[in-house]
Amino acid sequence: MELEKKMKLYGIASSTCTGRVLLSLFEKEVEDFELWIVNVRKGEGKKPEYLKLQPFGLIPVLEDGDLTLYESRAIIRYIANKYEGQGTVLYGKDIKERAKVDQWLEVEGQNFNSAIRSSLGVVSKPPVDEVQLTESFGKLGKVLDIYEDHLSKTQYLAGDFFSLADLSHMTTGWKLFDKYKQGSILFEGRPHVKAWWENISSRPAFKKLLEMI
Amino acid sequence: MASLMVYGKAYSANVTRVLTTLAEKNVDDYQMVPIDLLTGANKTPEYLKLQPFGQIPAFQDGDFTLYESRAIARYISDKYEGQGTALFGKTVRDKALVNQWLEVESQNYNPCVWKIVFECVFSQMFEGRPTNEAVVKEQLEKLEKILDVYEAQLTHHKYLAGDLFSLADLAHIPVTNNLINVAKKGELFASRKHLNAWWDDISSRPSWQKVVQIMQAEQQEQK
Repeated sequence: MELEKKMKLYGIASSTCTGRVLLSLFEKEVEDFELWIVNVRKGEGKKPEYLKLQPFGLIPVLEDGDLTLYESRAIIRYIANKYEGQGTVLYGKDIKERAKVDQWLEVEGQNFNSAIRSSLGVVSKPPVDEVQLTESFGKLGKVLDIYEDHLSKTQYLAGDFFSLADLSHMTTGWKLFDKYKQGSILFEGRPHVKAWWENISSRPAFKKLLEMI
Repeated sequence: MASLMVYGKAYSANVTRVLTTLAEKNVDDYQMVPIDLLTGANKTPEYLKLQPFGQIPAFQDGDFTLYESRAIARYISDKYEGQGTALFGKTVRDKALVNQWLEVESQNYNPCVWKIVFECVFSQMFEGRPTNEAVVKEQLEKLEKILDVYEAQLTHHKYLAGDLFSLADLAHIPVTNNLINVAKKGELFASRKHLNAWWDDISSRPSWQKVVQIMQAEQQEQK
């Protein structure tokens, strides 16, 4: 009976999108799930059985009873809603706070994500192309300048409360700022972004994820 | 005096995404404040206070300011939950699937479609250069694969998230209009039976027809 109740998360902890979902599960103190490894780099996303779950061949997928759900930002919203009564409050406490969380989730998904992925594309393939790096950091820098101004007025993105919006930045942020050590350059002249990053990356749920990578 | 304000112009798919949502929820009492990208109105200090990325739309409900069209659409769906079309289904499960297809639209569909539309229609106007055919070819190949997934989904369900129209379907309408009617790539849909039927259905909804009239009226004003 216990096994039937467990949710299944398909993906791999080192993937930024799977990590986004794992973080939300940890923040909500959800333990009854299993991680089923699907390594897209090894082509496992293209297997027919997997494509039945996720027709675009991407990770992650969450199976919860008869619900099969994909797209990490949809999954984290589902987890925040399903486990509303436990763990960290991730979606604010009323309709306006929720709207701000959604706004910054969109900013992350639209503006931040494409800029940081460009930068990650450059730094993760040595030898680093300096021209491309300067160009991608220029674009990311413009986004971070807006974050700097915003975070000088509130402690977290959606307000003075941690939320899915901050969480959504953490896996790609960690890769660029910490793993590839570009934080010191990007945080120069952006003390509020730096403080925000140091704050959220010291959360226990995040440390728990890092142990898995 | 309307307390709801939508900042932008109806030529923008992101703006009409919001206008269509308002129409679906039977919300008429709002004001449009023109912010024209072509005049740089989106770069003024006053506008950047509302939308620091200088994009349209921005939205105000009294003194509450919001941006990102999909976040605005979600807020409208939430606030007016008791009226108009139910845009998020009935259960937590329904809502999850609507969110899933909203993400598919914003992460997979829209970036691809936008690149095609931009190259085919706007590259000269905004970047003073002709269409980059290589980019169009590459994006069309990607889009064909995406549309095959949509076709498969719509073979088994009337709408994307299930058997009821939702915000997920709505979110696709403005960009699909650009793809088919502006960039003239209708063949991509005509060749896929269920996708085509879905498009005919959702684009004939009164809410979108109302927005088309707003777009046409705006174009008339410009002349």
